[in-house]
Amino acid sequence: MTRPADGSSVGTHYAWKRPHFIENPFVRFGLLTLAIGYLLYAMSSLEVDLQRIARGIPRAIQIFSGAIPPNFAARGSLIVSGFIESIQITLLATAAGVLLSIPFGFAAARNISILPFYGLGRAIIIVARSLHPVVLGVLFVKAVGFGAFAGVLTLVIYTLGFVGKLLAEAVEEIKYGQIEALKSAGAGYFTVLAYAVVPQIMPRLIGLTMYQLDINLRASAVIGLVGAGGIGNTLNSAFGRYDYGTASAILLVMIGIILVVETISGKLRRFTK
Amino acid sequence: MSVLTSGPLRNVTDDHFAWHRHSLKERVIRFLSFLTVGVVLVWTLGTIDVFWPWVWTAPEEIHDMFSRMMPPNYRTIPEIVPVLIETINIATIGTIFAVVISLPVAYLGARNVSPNVITLAVARVIIVASRSINTLIWALLFVAILGPGPLAGVLAIAFRSVGFMGKLVGESIEEIDWGPIEALQSSGSARGHIITYAVVPQIIPSFWAVAILRWDINIRESTVLGMVGAGGIGMLFQVAIDLFRWNTVSMVLVSIIVVVLFGEVVTAIVRRKLI
Repeated sequence: MTRPADGSSVGTHYAWKRPHFIENPFVRFGLLTLAIGYLLYAMSSLEVDLQRIARGIPRAIQIFSGAIPPNFAARGSLIVSGFIESIQITLLATAAGVLLSIPFGFAAARNISILPFYGLGRAIIIVARSLHPVVLGVLFVKAVGFGAFAGVLTLVIYTLGFVGKLLAEAVEEIKYGQIEALKSAGAGYFTVLAYAVVPQIMPRLIGLTMYQLDINLRASAVIGLVGAGGIGNTLNSAFGRYDYGTASAILLVMIGIILVVETISGKLRRFTK
Repeated sequence: MSVLTSGPLRNVTDDHFAWHRHSLKERVIRFLSFLTVGVVLVWTLGTIDVFWPWVWTAPEEIHDMFSRMMPPNYRTIPEIVPVLIETINIATIGTIFAVVISLPVAYLGARNVSPNVITLAVARVIIVASRSINTLIWALLFVAILGPGPLAGVLAIAFRSVGFMGKLVGESIEEIDWGPIEALQSSGSARGHIITYAVVPQIIPSFWAVAILRWDINIRESTVLGMVGAGGIGMLFQVAIDLFRWNTVSMVLVSIIVVVLFGEVVTAIVRRKLI
């Protein structure tokens, strides 16, 4: 028979109990009450309209019976050209976005940047990261018109937010040995950047680029829903024309392409490490 | 140089002696990679369907749009706050639904604990389908079925998050230590007991990490659900855009940034407390 850790004797009735996740009972029950209260309030704000759902069920049946089997043939050429456009948008935006995020990422790294640049770089990256690509897509479609160019601009900003932030973090984690060696040999600021900082972050940057290619391809499928080009446009038209067979074909091809790209980008990332 | 011209190595040509950062093989791989990237980008630029005159005027147009947005219209704040709260609620409830559904999916989708090949395959298909279809596309579907409103948004968030959480939690299940499980098996425990006392305690930290991460992502995602009618601030944004109320648009953008930053701060605090 084991005894409790404090050594007190409780006789043979002592039974082991799992330790609680939060030790203090007041905090535990307080948090639990808060959580349940919030849940009840949030669920009540959902406005579940049972009649509307009842009317929706036949619609769901109609949608799914239209979607199965998927119809690849009817709009085959549109599906192909939509995906090609999505891939083009992804490639251009990733290339331009990564190039753009290099100066911003360096500016937003506390250890090598000066304060005004640091603040500016951080602020721009935070704004770029906070806005969903669809929001950016709507803005750019309004600014430069429908089509692939708005999509490219959208994903460039999206890439800047993601790669810029992670690049800045990578720069903040570099080792200082090389920098000190170069400085002691009298190298200037940009020489130090090129020969001591860049080689240290290059593997990470290539890995991030591969990852971003994957993310951008996924995003390019949705920004088309708001008119920014690519397969999303085709999907939106298919939904709009109640052509659910084509829509489900597009979704299936999308799943396939994303799986393939995910595998390739994962392989390349492992290779560059 | 002085070593080359006067020392014992003076007969060695410059070329043989030149220092290279990369070996020949590395240089070939690098050259081919750059060539591939270059060719792909040139092909893309040459074939992409873009109306170039619009590209050249883009800086002016974007500047023009931003100048119309200034200053943000602060009088719309009373309109914005309720939908912002709705946005957070959609993200939270959607995440909770996803957490509940994703646990069995993760368990069935983990190669080492899944009962048999069929359950494994079913779980994998659920994970792939859920992950590959964007939240907004799920939202389109649910708005068509359930009608516009936050319920469609909650379901869209939940359906997209199940795959994400199922995959990551499943991966952490695949990495668990087998010792506790064998200990319980050797004492004759039932499957349910093995799960609660040997599997669950090992994955709890990564489970919380994944759930919090997904909540953070879902706050961002739920800001656009309203654009297809699935509740939250997106609808206000769409209406303001359609009516060319640029000052309201900028106010909505500011509030989206605020709510996303709020999510990040909460996430950071919870993560520090829990993990």
